[in-house]
Amino acid sequence: MVPLNWYLVLSAIVFMIGVFGFLTRRNIIIMFMSIEVMLNAVNISLVSLSHYMQDMRGQILVFFIITVAAAEAAIGLAIIIALFRNKSTVHVDEMSEMKG
Amino acid sequence: MLPELFFGYYAAMIVFLSVLVITRKNPVHSVMWMLLLFFHIAGLYLFLNAEFIAAIQVIVYAGAILVLFLFVVLLLNLREELQTAKFIRSWPAGLLISGGIIVAIISALRSFVLAPQGMHTIEFIKRETHTKALGTILYTEYLFPFEIASLVLLVAIIGAIVLAKKKTRS
Repeated sequence: MVPLNWYLVLSAIVFMIGVFGFLTRRNIIIMFMSIEVMLNAVNISLVSLSHYMQDMRGQILVFFIITVAAAEAAIGLAIIIALFRNKSTVHVDEMSEMKG
Repeated sequence: MLPELFFGYYAAMIVFLSVLVITRKNPVHSVMWMLLLFFHIAGLYLFLNAEFIAAIQVIVYAGAILVLFLFVVLLLNLREELQTAKFIRSWPAGLLISGGIIVAIISALRSFVLAPQGMHTIEFIKRETHTKALGTILYTEYLFPFEIASLVLLVAIIGAIVLAKKKTRS
């Protein structure tokens, strides 16, 4: 039996890679993909906890996370298309209209 | 021994592929590596006795979300994007932040205690089948969140159309 901690460490490492990609890439599509990688890292830890606790509620949570990820991808990619139509770039450093 | 080897293969491939996803310059390559990453994650779910989750991982993530990503990447013209630098100049700061997060999580894992076992043992799932057991919980205990999820998807449909629609001046 593989120990539960291995799964949680794997999930932490994948989450870290996602955070690193989100912080250091400036292509908005790759930043979006980093978010998907982070969501998948959380899903790995939820499914492994659900298996080791013998309780299926964790998998219900994964189900909802996948739903929200689908909605987020649709909205986010629509925003990217709208941005690209206005600015003809996907480089986030060139988008500073809101002076954030 | 065999389960450890199996897990080792999947863990190594998942880490390697997610590194590839965030370091490729061309977004099309990133999407392709991400497809492989999602299949490996689905394999890990099968290994954890979650076959329904593995199926929706392949159908929704690899089938729907990645196709959407691929469509958008191919719609946009990213020629000049390939000439600029991959990472921002202060990428060590990003490495520091993400390294801090992983150190925090792993040091917290040492004092982690698993909660008492639930009712969904392997024998229970074998008797009930996984999809039926999952559906029973989803449609009884989690009925309201399920309805809210449908609302979230409706908002996503309308929002995506409104945002991506071309503005027409009349």
